[in-house]
Amino acid sequence: MATKSLKKLGNDLAQSNKQIEILSNGIFKSGELPTFKDKISETSQFPIKAKKLEILQINVGYMCNQVCDHCHVDAGPDRKEIMTRDTMRQCLEVIKNSGAHTLDLTGGAPEMNPDFRWFVEEAAKVGIKDFIVRSNLTIIRANKKYYDLPEFFKKHNVHVVSSMPHWTRGKTDKQRGDGVFDKSIKALQELNAVGYGMPGSDLKLDLVYNPSGAFLPGDQVAMEKDFKKALMDDFGIEFHNLFAITNLPIARFLDYLIASENYEDYMYSLVEAYNPAAVENVMCTNTLSISWDGYLFDCDFNQMLELPVNSKSRHISEFNEELLEGRNIVISQHCYGCTAGAGSSCQGVVA
Amino acid sequence: MSKPYYDAADLRKFGKITEWSEELGTKFFDYYAKVFEEGALTAREKSLIALAVAHTEQCPYCIDAYTKDTLQRGITKEQMMEAIHVGAAIKSGATLVHGVQMMNKVNKLDG
Repeated sequence: MATKSLKKLGNDLAQSNKQIEILSNGIFKSGELPTFKDKISETSQFPIKAKKLEILQINVGYMCNQVCDHCHVDAGPDRKEIMTRDTMRQCLEVIKNSGAHTLDLTGGAPEMNPDFRWFVEEAAKVGIKDFIVRSNLTIIRANKKYYDLPEFFKKHNVHVVSSMPHWTRGKTDKQRGDGVFDKSIKALQELNAVGYGMPGSDLKLDLVYNPSGAFLPGDQVAMEKDFKKALMDDFGIEFHNLFAITNLPIARFLDYLIASENYEDYMYSLVEAYNPAAVENVMCTNTLSISWDGYLFDCDFNQMLELPVNSKSRHISEFNEELLEGRNIVISQHCYGCTAGAGSSCQGVVA
Repeated sequence: MSKPYYDAADLRKFGKITEWSEELGTKFFDYYAKVFEEGALTAREKSLIALAVAHTEQCPYCIDAYTKDTLQRGITKEQMMEAIHVGAAIKSGATLVHGVQMMNKVNKLDG
Protein backbone atom coordinates (compact mmCIF):
# COMPACT_ATOMS: atom_id res chain seq x y z
CA MET A 1 0.00 0.00 0.00
CA ALA A 2 1.41 3.37 -1.02
CA THR A 3 1.97 5.99 1.65
CA LYS A 4 3.57 8.71 -0.48
CA SER A 5 3.03 10.01 -4.00
CA LEU A 6 5.43 9.05 -6.81
CA LYS A 7 6.43 12.72 -6.89
CA LYS A 8 7.40 12.73 -3.22
CA LEU A 9 9.28 9.46 -3.64
CA GLY A 10 11.27 10.91 -6.57
CA ASN A 11 10.02 8.06 -8.77
CA ASP A 12 10.82 8.55 -12.50
CA LEU A 13 7.18 7.90 -13.33
CA ALA A 14 6.20 11.12 -11.59
CA GLN A 15 7.49 12.73 -14.79
CA SER A 16 4.93 12.74 -17.58
CA ASN A 17 7.59 12.44 -20.32
CA LYS A 18 8.85 9.19 -18.77
CA GLN A 19 5.33 7.80 -18.79
CA ILE A 20 4.78 8.78 -22.41
CA GLU A 21 8.13 7.23 -23.33
CA ILE A 22 7.11 3.89 -21.79
CA LEU A 23 3.69 4.02 -23.42
CA SER A 24 5.11 4.87 -26.84
CA ASN A 25 8.03 2.43 -26.97
CA GLY A 26 8.34 -1.32 -26.40
CA ILE A 27 5.39 -3.33 -27.68
CA PHE A 28 4.03 -0.34 -29.58
CA LYS A 29 7.25 0.80 -31.21
CA SER A 30 8.14 -2.76 -32.27
CA GLY A 31 4.76 -3.06 -33.98
CA GLU A 32 3.73 -5.96 -31.77
CA LEU A 33 0.64 -3.94 -30.91
CA PRO A 34 -0.90 -1.24 -33.11
CA THR A 35 -0.67 2.31 -31.82
CA PHE A 36 -3.98 3.90 -30.85
CA LYS A 37 -3.65 6.26 -33.80
CA ASP A 38 -3.26 3.32 -36.23
CA LYS A 39 -6.14 1.49 -34.62
CA ILE A 40 -8.65 4.31 -34.94
CA SER A 41 -7.37 5.05 -38.45
CA GLU A 42 -8.51 1.55 -39.53
CA THR A 43 -12.11 2.71 -39.06
CA SER A 44 -11.45 6.26 -40.30
CA GLN A 45 -11.94 7.67 -36.82
CA PHE A 46 -8.68 9.61 -36.78
CA PRO A 47 -8.48 12.40 -35.83
CA ILE A 48 -11.04 12.38 -33.01
CA LYS A 49 -12.73 15.77 -33.09
CA ALA A 50 -14.12 17.70 -30.16
CA LYS A 51 -17.88 18.22 -30.35
CA LYS A 52 -19.91 20.86 -28.58
CA LEU A 53 -18.73 21.47 -25.01
CA GLU A 54 -21.09 19.93 -22.46
CA ILE A 55 -18.97 19.13 -19.39
CA LEU A 56 -16.37 21.17 -17.58
CA GLN A 57 -14.28 18.95 -15.36
CA ILE A 58 -12.29 21.03 -12.94
CA ASN A 59 -9.44 19.58 -10.92
CA VAL A 60 -9.28 21.85 -7.87
CA GLY A 61 -6.09 20.28 -6.51
CA TYR A 62 -4.04 17.13 -6.17
CA MET A 63 -4.12 17.11 -2.36
CA CYS A 64 -5.89 14.06 -0.95
CA ASN A 65 -6.31 12.34 2.42
CA GLN A 66 -5.78 8.97 0.72
CA VAL A 67 -2.90 7.46 -1.24
CA CYS A 68 -4.63 4.86 -3.39
CA ASP A 69 -2.58 2.27 -5.23
CA HIS A 70 -4.01 3.06 -8.64
CA CYS A 71 -4.46 6.82 -8.50
CA HIS A 72 -3.88 8.28 -11.97
CA VAL A 73 -3.47 11.73 -10.42
CA ASP A 74 -0.69 10.54 -8.08
CA ALA A 75 -2.61 12.44 -5.42
CA GLY A 76 -1.93 12.32 -1.69
CA PRO A 77 -1.42 14.36 1.48
CA ASP A 78 2.02 15.43 0.22
CA ARG A 79 0.68 17.01 -2.98
CA LYS A 80 0.32 20.76 -2.53
CA GLU A 81 -1.01 21.80 -5.94
CA ILE A 82 -4.24 23.66 -5.18
CA MET A 83 -6.48 25.84 -7.35
CA THR A 84 -6.61 29.45 -6.16
CA ARG A 85 -9.77 31.51 -5.79
CA ASP A 86 -8.60 33.69 -8.70
CA THR A 87 -8.49 30.69 -11.02
CA MET A 88 -11.87 29.59 -9.68
CA ARG A 89 -13.23 33.05 -10.58
CA GLN A 90 -11.96 32.58 -14.12
CA CYS A 91 -13.68 29.17 -14.21
CA LEU A 92 -16.92 30.78 -13.03
CA GLU A 93 -16.78 33.28 -15.90
CA VAL A 94 -16.45 30.38 -18.33
CA ILE A 95 -19.30 28.50 -16.67
CA LYS A 96 -21.52 31.58 -17.05
CA ASN A 97 -20.64 32.16 -20.67
CA SER A 98 -20.13 28.71 -22.16
CA GLY A 99 -22.61 26.08 -23.28
CA ALA A 100 -21.47 23.60 -20.64
CA HIS A 101 -24.40 22.17 -18.69
CA THR A 102 -22.42 19.92 -16.34
CA LEU A 103 -19.77 20.88 -13.84
CA ASP A 104 -17.60 18.09 -12.51
CA LEU A 105 -15.27 18.86 -9.59
CA THR A 106 -12.44 16.48 -8.97
CA GLY A 107 -9.05 16.23 -7.27
CA GLY A 108 -7.34 14.75 -5.13
CA ALA A 109 -10.07 15.22 -2.62
CA PRO A 110 -11.79 18.37 -3.96
CA GLU A 111 -13.19 19.08 -0.49
CA MET A 112 -9.64 19.74 0.77
CA ASN A 113 -9.29 22.87 -1.33
CA PRO A 114 -9.81 25.73 1.19
CA ASP A 115 -12.06 27.52 -1.32
CA PHE A 116 -14.07 24.43 -2.19
CA ARG A 117 -17.26 25.55 -0.41
CA TRP A 118 -17.02 29.08 -1.77
CA PHE A 119 -16.67 27.69 -5.27
CA VAL A 120 -19.63 25.32 -4.88
CA GLU A 121 -21.80 28.16 -3.55
CA GLU A 122 -20.82 30.51 -6.37
CA ALA A 123 -21.09 27.91 -9.12
CA ALA A 124 -24.46 26.73 -7.86
CA LYS A 125 -25.86 30.17 -8.65
CA VAL A 126 -25.22 30.02 -12.40
CA GLY A 127 -27.77 27.44 -13.50
CA ILE A 128 -25.66 24.37 -14.07
CA LYS A 129 -27.90 21.34 -14.79
CA ASP A 130 -25.70 18.74 -13.12
CA PHE A 131 -23.21 19.74 -10.45
CA ILE A 132 -20.95 16.80 -9.65
CA VAL A 133 -18.45 16.47 -6.82
CA ARG A 134 -16.19 13.42 -6.98
CA SER A 135 -15.81 12.48 -3.35
CA ASN A 136 -13.58 9.71 -2.01
CA LEU A 137 -16.11 9.31 0.86
CA THR A 138 -13.51 8.98 3.63
CA ILE A 139 -12.98 12.75 3.58
CA ILE A 140 -16.44 13.05 5.16
CA ARG A 141 -15.08 11.13 8.17
CA ALA A 142 -11.48 12.41 8.05
CA ASN A 143 -11.86 15.40 10.31
CA LYS A 144 -14.75 17.08 12.12
CA LYS A 145 -14.55 20.12 9.83
CA TYR A 146 -15.83 17.81 7.07
CA TYR A 147 -18.57 16.09 9.10
CA ASP A 148 -21.27 18.43 7.78
CA LEU A 149 -20.42 17.81 4.12
CA PRO A 150 -23.56 15.66 3.53
CA GLU A 151 -25.74 18.61 4.67
CA PHE A 152 -23.65 21.05 2.63
CA PHE A 153 -24.00 18.87 -0.47
CA LYS A 154 -27.74 18.62 0.11
CA LYS A 155 -28.13 22.39 0.52
CA HIS A 156 -26.56 22.98 -2.89
CA ASN A 157 -28.10 19.94 -4.57
CA VAL A 158 -24.66 18.58 -5.39
CA HIS A 159 -24.56 15.32 -7.30
CA VAL A 160 -22.19 13.11 -5.29
CA VAL A 161 -20.12 10.58 -7.22
CA SER A 162 -18.09 8.44 -4.88
CA SER A 163 -15.29 5.96 -5.31
CA MET A 164 -16.05 2.51 -3.93
CA PRO A 165 -13.63 -0.14 -5.15
CA HIS A 166 -15.60 -3.15 -3.91
CA TRP A 167 -18.38 -4.26 -1.60
CA THR A 168 -15.90 -6.25 0.48
CA ARG A 169 -13.57 -4.79 3.10
CA GLY A 170 -10.52 -6.73 1.92
CA LYS A 171 -10.51 -5.58 -1.68
CA THR A 172 -11.35 -1.98 -0.82
CA ASP A 173 -8.69 -1.62 1.87
CA LYS A 174 -6.07 -3.30 -0.34
CA GLN A 175 -6.53 -0.65 -3.00
CA ARG A 176 -7.19 2.36 -0.80
CA GLY A 177 -5.64 1.70 2.59
CA ASP A 178 -6.58 0.11 5.89
CA GLY A 179 -9.80 1.39 7.37
CA VAL A 180 -11.04 2.98 4.13
CA PHE A 181 -13.88 0.49 3.77
CA ASP A 182 -15.36 1.12 7.22
CA LYS A 183 -15.07 4.90 6.84
CA SER A 184 -16.64 4.73 3.38
CA ILE A 185 -19.56 2.68 4.69
CA LYS A 186 -20.12 5.18 7.49
CA ALA A 187 -19.99 8.08 5.00
CA LEU A 188 -22.47 6.36 2.69
CA GLN A 189 -24.83 5.80 5.61
CA GLU A 190 -24.56 9.49 6.50
CA LEU A 191 -25.30 10.47 2.91
CA ASN A 192 -28.32 8.13 2.93
CA ALA A 193 -29.46 9.67 6.21
CA VAL A 194 -29.86 13.13 4.61
CA GLY A 195 -31.62 11.62 1.60
CA TYR A 196 -28.80 10.89 -0.83
CA GLY A 197 -29.11 7.79 -2.97
CA MET A 198 -32.60 6.88 -1.84
CA PRO A 199 -35.02 5.51 -4.44
CA GLY A 200 -36.81 8.40 -6.15
CA SER A 201 -34.62 11.01 -4.41
CA ASP A 202 -33.32 13.96 -6.40
CA LEU A 203 -30.19 13.88 -4.27
CA LYS A 204 -28.06 11.81 -6.60
CA LEU A 205 -25.51 9.42 -5.17
CA ASP A 206 -23.58 7.31 -7.66
CA LEU A 207 -20.66 5.00 -6.99
CA VAL A 208 -17.56 4.44 -9.08
CA TYR A 209 -15.99 1.02 -9.33
CA ASN A 210 -12.56 0.49 -10.79
CA PRO A 211 -10.74 -2.85 -10.72
CA SER A 212 -8.34 -3.51 -7.86
CA GLY A 213 -5.66 -4.97 -10.14
CA ALA A 214 -4.42 -5.59 -13.68
CA PHE A 215 -7.74 -6.54 -15.23
CA LEU A 216 -10.60 -4.75 -16.93
CA PRO A 217 -13.93 -3.95 -15.29
CA GLY A 218 -16.74 -6.45 -15.80
CA ASP A 219 -20.21 -5.75 -17.06
CA GLN A 220 -21.45 -2.54 -15.43
CA VAL A 221 -25.07 -3.69 -15.07
CA ALA A 222 -24.08 -6.98 -13.40
CA MET A 223 -21.60 -5.20 -11.12
CA GLU A 224 -24.23 -2.66 -10.09
CA LYS A 225 -26.60 -5.48 -9.18
CA ASP A 226 -23.93 -7.15 -7.03
CA PHE A 227 -22.96 -3.87 -5.34
CA LYS A 228 -26.57 -2.98 -4.59
CA LYS A 229 -27.38 -6.36 -3.12
CA ALA A 230 -24.24 -6.58 -0.97
CA LEU A 231 -24.36 -3.00 0.34
CA MET A 232 -28.06 -3.29 1.14
CA ASP A 233 -27.85 -6.74 2.74
CA ASP A 234 -24.75 -5.99 4.80
CA PHE A 235 -25.16 -2.30 5.67
CA GLY A 236 -28.62 -1.12 4.54
CA ILE A 237 -27.01 1.28 2.03
CA GLU A 238 -28.82 2.65 -1.03
CA PHE A 239 -27.31 4.38 -4.05
CA HIS A 240 -28.45 5.20 -7.57
CA ASN A 241 -25.98 4.08 -10.24
CA LEU A 242 -22.65 2.32 -10.41
CA PHE A 243 -20.10 3.54 -12.96
CA ALA A 244 -17.51 0.94 -13.95
CA ILE A 245 -14.26 2.61 -14.95
CA THR A 246 -11.16 1.11 -16.56
CA ASN A 247 -7.81 1.85 -14.93
CA LEU A 248 -5.70 3.81 -17.39
CA PRO A 249 -2.02 2.89 -17.63
CA ILE A 250 -0.61 6.12 -16.24
CA ALA A 251 0.98 7.36 -12.99
CA ARG A 252 0.65 4.97 -10.02
CA PHE A 253 -1.28 2.37 -11.99
CA LEU A 254 1.46 2.33 -14.63
CA ASP A 255 4.03 2.00 -11.86
CA TYR A 256 2.07 -0.93 -10.44
CA LEU A 257 1.73 -2.60 -13.85
CA ILE A 258 5.46 -2.40 -14.46
CA ALA A 259 6.47 -3.47 -10.94
CA SER A 260 4.08 -6.45 -11.01
CA GLU A 261 5.20 -7.42 -14.55
CA ASN A 262 1.66 -6.98 -15.82
CA TYR A 263 2.26 -4.03 -18.17
CA GLU A 264 2.44 -5.95 -21.46
CA ASP A 265 -0.46 -8.28 -20.65
CA TYR A 266 -2.60 -5.34 -19.59
CA MET A 267 -1.89 -3.43 -22.79
CA TYR A 268 -2.71 -6.58 -24.80
CA SER A 269 -5.99 -6.86 -22.90
CA LEU A 270 -6.85 -3.24 -23.67
CA VAL A 271 -6.00 -3.59 -27.36
CA GLU A 272 -7.82 -6.92 -27.69
CA ALA A 273 -10.91 -5.39 -26.09
CA TYR A 274 -10.77 -2.32 -28.36
CA ASN A 275 -14.27 -1.33 -29.42
CA PRO A 276 -14.59 1.18 -32.29
CA ALA A 277 -18.15 1.97 -31.16
CA ALA A 278 -16.73 3.36 -27.89
CA VAL A 279 -14.59 5.89 -29.80
CA GLU A 280 -17.72 7.78 -30.85
CA ASN A 281 -18.59 8.61 -27.26
CA VAL A 282 -15.30 9.01 -25.44
CA MET A 283 -15.58 11.73 -22.82
CA CYS A 284 -12.93 13.96 -24.38
CA THR A 285 -15.28 14.82 -27.25
CA ASN A 286 -17.68 16.83 -25.09
CA THR A 287 -15.56 17.56 -22.02
CA LEU A 288 -12.80 19.96 -21.10
CA SER A 289 -10.50 19.21 -18.21
CA ILE A 290 -9.12 22.21 -16.33
CA SER A 291 -6.04 21.78 -14.17
CA TRP A 292 -5.49 23.33 -10.75
CA ASP A 293 -3.42 26.08 -12.39
CA GLY A 294 -6.00 26.80 -15.09
CA TYR A 295 -4.62 24.97 -18.14
CA LEU A 296 -6.97 23.19 -20.51
CA PHE A 297 -6.79 19.51 -21.44
CA ASP A 298 -8.95 17.07 -23.39
CA CYS A 299 -9.34 14.86 -20.32
CA ASP A 300 -8.06 14.30 -16.79
CA PHE A 301 -5.59 11.69 -18.08
CA ASN A 302 -4.08 14.05 -20.65
CA GLN A 303 -3.83 16.58 -17.82
CA MET A 304 -1.71 14.17 -15.80
CA LEU A 305 0.45 13.39 -18.84
CA GLU A 306 0.81 17.13 -19.48
CA LEU A 307 -0.60 16.84 -23.00
CA PRO A 308 -2.39 20.19 -23.48
CA VAL A 309 -5.30 20.81 -25.84
CA ASN A 310 -4.46 21.24 -29.49
CA SER A 311 -5.82 24.77 -29.65
CA LYS A 312 -4.70 28.38 -29.35
CA SER A 313 -7.01 28.59 -26.35
CA ARG A 314 -4.91 26.77 -23.76
CA HIS A 315 -5.68 28.47 -20.47
CA ILE A 316 -8.91 29.31 -18.66
CA SER A 317 -7.93 33.00 -18.81
CA GLU A 318 -8.00 32.83 -22.62
CA PHE A 319 -10.94 30.42 -22.93
CA ASN A 320 -12.50 30.55 -26.36
CA GLU A 321 -15.28 28.04 -27.01
CA GLU A 322 -15.22 28.62 -30.77
CA LEU A 323 -11.52 27.90 -31.00
CA LEU A 324 -11.87 24.77 -28.88
CA GLU A 325 -14.84 23.26 -30.71
CA GLY A 326 -13.75 20.94 -33.49
CA ARG A 327 -10.17 20.71 -32.25
CA ASN A 328 -8.25 17.50 -32.80
CA ILE A 329 -8.14 15.49 -29.56
CA VAL A 330 -4.60 14.70 -28.38
CA ILE A 331 -4.13 10.94 -28.16
CA SER A 332 -1.57 8.37 -27.03
CA GLN A 333 -1.62 4.67 -26.14
CA HIS A 334 -3.38 5.32 -22.81
CA CYS A 335 -6.51 6.15 -24.83
CA TYR A 336 -7.04 2.41 -25.32
CA GLY A 337 -8.26 2.50 -21.71
CA CYS A 338 -11.34 4.54 -22.67
CA THR A 339 -12.19 2.42 -25.73
CA ALA A 340 -11.85 -1.11 -24.34
CA GLY A 341 -14.99 -3.25 -24.11
CA ALA A 342 -18.02 -1.13 -23.38
CA GLY A 343 -15.75 1.89 -23.10
CA SER A 344 -14.97 3.94 -20.04
CA SER A 345 -15.60 7.47 -18.94
CA CYS A 346 -16.17 9.33 -15.72
CA GLN A 347 -19.84 8.40 -16.24
CA GLY A 348 -19.03 4.72 -16.74
CA VAL A 349 -19.55 2.78 -19.96
CA VAL A 350 -20.06 4.66 -23.22
CA ALA A 351 -21.01 1.94 -25.73
CA MET B 1 17.50 -23.45 -18.67
CA SER B 2 15.23 -25.27 -21.07
CA LYS B 3 12.09 -23.59 -22.35
CA PRO B 4 8.93 -24.74 -20.53
CA TYR B 5 6.17 -26.45 -22.50
CA TYR B 6 3.64 -23.87 -21.45
CA ASP B 7 4.10 -20.22 -22.34
CA ALA B 8 1.48 -17.84 -20.90
CA ALA B 9 1.81 -15.62 -23.98
CA ASP B 10 0.56 -18.53 -26.15
CA LEU B 11 -2.95 -17.95 -24.83
CA ARG B 12 -3.07 -14.80 -26.93
CA LYS B 13 -2.48 -16.97 -30.01
CA PHE B 14 -5.43 -19.29 -29.31
CA GLY B 15 -7.50 -17.71 -32.07
CA LYS B 16 -4.84 -18.65 -34.60
CA ILE B 17 -5.91 -22.31 -34.54
CA THR B 18 -8.47 -21.35 -37.19
CA GLU B 19 -5.62 -20.65 -39.62
CA TRP B 20 -4.96 -24.37 -40.06
CA SER B 21 -8.57 -25.47 -39.97
CA GLU B 22 -10.82 -22.53 -40.52
CA GLU B 23 -14.21 -24.22 -40.57
CA LEU B 24 -13.73 -26.37 -37.49
CA GLY B 25 -11.93 -23.63 -35.58
CA THR B 26 -14.64 -21.11 -36.35
CA LYS B 27 -17.37 -23.54 -35.37
CA PHE B 28 -15.58 -24.18 -32.08
CA PHE B 29 -15.23 -20.48 -31.25
CA ASP B 30 -18.84 -19.77 -32.22
CA TYR B 31 -19.96 -22.59 -29.94
CA TYR B 32 -17.64 -21.43 -27.17
CA ALA B 33 -18.95 -17.87 -27.33
CA LYS B 34 -22.55 -19.10 -27.28
CA VAL B 35 -21.92 -21.34 -24.27
CA PHE B 36 -20.68 -18.40 -22.20
CA GLU B 37 -23.55 -16.07 -23.07
CA GLU B 38 -25.99 -15.15 -20.35
CA GLY B 39 -28.65 -17.89 -20.27
CA ALA B 40 -30.44 -19.99 -17.68
CA LEU B 41 -27.16 -19.59 -15.82
CA THR B 42 -25.62 -16.15 -15.39
CA ALA B 43 -22.32 -15.35 -17.09
CA ARG B 44 -20.90 -15.03 -13.59
CA GLU B 45 -21.98 -18.57 -12.62
CA LYS B 46 -20.54 -19.88 -15.88
CA SER B 47 -17.24 -18.16 -15.19
CA LEU B 48 -16.98 -19.86 -11.79
CA ILE B 49 -17.81 -23.26 -13.32
CA ALA B 50 -15.13 -22.64 -15.95
CA LEU B 51 -12.61 -21.75 -13.27
CA ALA B 52 -13.32 -24.98 -11.36
CA VAL B 53 -13.14 -27.09 -14.54
CA ALA B 54 -9.91 -25.33 -15.56
CA HIS B 55 -8.38 -26.72 -12.38
CA THR B 56 -9.72 -30.24 -12.68
CA GLU B 57 -8.48 -30.27 -16.28
CA GLN B 58 -5.21 -28.76 -15.07
CA CYS B 59 -5.11 -26.37 -18.02
CA PRO B 60 -2.77 -23.47 -17.18
CA TYR B 61 -4.12 -21.33 -20.02
CA CYS B 62 -7.68 -21.83 -18.79
CA ILE B 63 -6.66 -21.11 -15.20
CA ASP B 64 -5.08 -17.81 -16.26
CA ALA B 65 -8.04 -16.89 -18.45
CA TYR B 66 -10.76 -17.67 -15.92
CA THR B 67 -8.91 -16.25 -12.94
CA LYS B 68 -8.85 -12.97 -14.84
CA ASP B 69 -12.45 -13.38 -15.98
CA THR B 70 -13.77 -14.05 -12.48
CA LEU B 71 -11.81 -11.08 -11.09
CA GLN B 72 -13.32 -8.88 -13.80
CA ARG B 73 -16.76 -9.95 -12.69
CA GLY B 74 -16.04 -8.82 -9.15
CA ILE B 75 -15.91 -12.38 -7.81
CA THR B 76 -13.93 -12.58 -4.58
CA LYS B 77 -10.92 -14.82 -3.97
CA GLU B 78 -12.91 -16.72 -1.34
CA GLN B 79 -15.60 -17.52 -3.92
CA MET B 80 -12.96 -18.53 -6.44
CA MET B 81 -11.28 -20.91 -4.00
CA GLU B 82 -14.63 -22.42 -3.01
CA ALA B 83 -15.36 -23.13 -6.66
CA ILE B 84 -12.01 -24.90 -6.98
CA HIS B 85 -12.84 -27.01 -3.94
CA VAL B 86 -16.08 -28.04 -5.61
CA GLY B 87 -14.03 -29.18 -8.61
CA ALA B 88 -11.54 -30.91 -6.34
CA ALA B 89 -14.32 -32.67 -4.40
CA ILE B 90 -15.85 -34.03 -7.59
CA LYS B 91 -12.42 -35.05 -8.91
CA SER B 92 -11.49 -36.89 -5.72
CA GLY B 93 -15.01 -38.30 -5.39
CA ALA B 94 -14.75 -39.59 -8.94
CA THR B 95 -11.54 -41.38 -8.00
CA LEU B 96 -12.91 -42.78 -4.78
CA VAL B 97 -16.26 -43.91 -6.20
CA HIS B 98 -14.29 -46.27 -8.46
CA GLY B 99 -13.24 -47.90 -5.20
CA VAL B 100 -16.67 -49.51 -5.28
CA GLN B 101 -15.75 -51.17 -8.57
CA MET B 102 -12.51 -52.36 -6.99
CA MET B 103 -14.46 -53.71 -4.01
CA ASN B 104 -16.94 -55.47 -6.34
CA LYS B 105 -14.05 -57.07 -8.22
CA VAL B 106 -12.31 -58.14 -5.04
CA ASN B 107 -15.52 -59.65 -3.74
CA LYS B 108 -16.06 -61.51 -6.99
CA LEU B 109 -12.49 -62.80 -7.30
CA ASP B 110 -11.62 -63.32 -3.68
CA GLY B 111 -15.04 -63.86 -2.12
